[in-house]
Amino acid sequence: MNIKDIENLAELAKIELSEKEKEGLLKDFDNILEYIKQVERVDIKDLEVEYKNKNIWREDELKSREFSPELIKNQFPDSKDGFVKVKKIL
Amino acid sequence: MIDLKSLTIKKAHESLKKGEFTCRELAGEYLKAIREKNGELNAYLEIFDDVLLQADEAQKKFTNGSATILTGIPLAIKDNILIEGRKVSSASKILENYFASYDATVIVKLKEQGVVFVGRTNLDEFAMGGSTENSAYGVTRNPHDTSRVSGGSSGGSVVAVAAHMALGALGSDTGGSVREPAAFCGIVGFKPTYGKVSRYGLMAMGSSLDCIGSIANTVEDAEIIFSAIVGNDPLDSTSLKNVIDKKDSKKEKFKIGVPWSLVNQEGIDAGVKKNFMEAVEKLKNIGCEVKDVSLPNMDLALATYYILMPAEASTNLARFDGVRYGLHKDGKNFQEDYLLTRGRGFGPEVRRRILLGTYVLSAGYYDAYYGKAQNVRNLLKKEFEDAFKIFDLILTPTAPMPAWKVGEKSDPLSIYLADIFTITANIVGVPAISVPSGDIEIDGKKLPLGIQFMAPHGGEDMLFEVGKKFEALKK
Repeated sequence: MNIKDIENLAELAKIELSEKEKEGLLKDFDNILEYIKQVERVDIKDLEVEYKNKNIWREDELKSREFSPELIKNQFPDSKDGFVKVKKIL
Repeated sequence: MIDLKSLTIKKAHESLKKGEFTCRELAGEYLKAIREKNGELNAYLEIFDDVLLQADEAQKKFTNGSATILTGIPLAIKDNILIEGRKVSSASKILENYFASYDATVIVKLKEQGVVFVGRTNLDEFAMGGSTENSAYGVTRNPHDTSRVSGGSSGGSVVAVAAHMALGALGSDTGGSVREPAAFCGIVGFKPTYGKVSRYGLMAMGSSLDCIGSIANTVEDAEIIFSAIVGNDPLDSTSLKNVIDKKDSKKEKFKIGVPWSLVNQEGIDAGVKKNFMEAVEKLKNIGCEVKDVSLPNMDLALATYYILMPAEASTNLARFDGVRYGLHKDGKNFQEDYLLTRGRGFGPEVRRRILLGTYVLSAGYYDAYYGKAQNVRNLLKKEFEDAFKIFDLILTPTAPMPAWKVGEKSDPLSIYLADIFTITANIVGVPAISVPSGDIEIDGKKLPLGIQFMAPHGGEDMLFEVGKKFEALKK
């Protein structure tokens, strides 16, 4: 990895980083990636994977919930007429 | 004067029932303890201003005869669990002034019983860490030696209980965040089977790993809190339905497996190892059969975790965009709004994990990391299934070392390694409990240690049973 890779990740994750932090992260990443690379050594070809996960469905019914819509709306960083307001996208 | 040090939930309940003290008097004692100790320990981020009023409400249940075991019991809540109308920050700047708009399911259940919520407790930001040093609101200190960490990420909840500033607490456990601090502070930390306790209203970190667990001074108390919050919840689609518990908890003799190859590896503190051997001897003396268990890939659990967890966390934390709630930093355009909000709102460890998650999920690396980690996870599940065909329980130390000095570990990987024994239960989804196993003396201070039992899925009862047996030995 190099600084460019860190910058690319920060761009993808939408996180602003200082130059100093990029350097620090590069060092951390080298250590962490070195450690997690251990998983590569496992040979899993003999394992029959049994997927037990399944989708959980529920009826699409209207039910009342203990909610505070006011509390949600009041906490929008920016809003107009009860809608979230954002900057121009295109 | 109520002796908070020897108080248990059952004892408090009996006293409240008999009228030996009122809910208000009990809450008042805890508030007094908080005033004396919280300044130094920093367990609570906020003490609710209506604690005594909550206590008065609870008292009515005793008057009208509807009181249950947790009525009027003062509990502390980790600050990543939502209570409607109250602040909830996950110890992050990005949610500094955020108020919850609904109750988590666990809170609804506790409210029904008339629990008194004392306050919200400190944690590593978004529960990311093992020491509560990553909080945006300062470190939580260990009551046994205040120059040391409390462990984490549920450090605030654990210290609130260990320093008798609450009778019990809720924490969240994604890789050991309830059990490791409990071991560091000498109390009980319990993580249920994945899916047994609803996470609706818990801020998500690693959704395939997160559990809400109970924190208490005794195994029985941890069990009482768990019993109050367990159960299926349609609002959490991972919540288990109709789980048939393993009803063999009344066993006289447990067959316990110890993965000695992992316990004997390098990097495990010599004092921890000695204490663990003593615990094993004690268990043998009360009739448990303790033998070596082969879990050849258990040492890969940590590496697997540090692929899966950041991947899931980076996805879960995408919601903090400065648009819908929380902090908003204004930039020149919407792209810059995101960059500034997330760059300044998230602390260093959270940024690190989001970037790591983004990396392991990126095209070209997915198969090598995430895909491979999923396979290892399946492999570990299989190994544990096989082990539990022979053994009732699996035993390890809870953490490979006692609590470290605040600021001593600056390299993130060295803190990640503290999770080496606790991680596996989250990876395979089994329940686990940490119980105190004595202490070691360092620099003239007695530092607590803990041992961890793991049981098969749904084997909570066995954990409580063996935990109580082990706990009884020190009396």
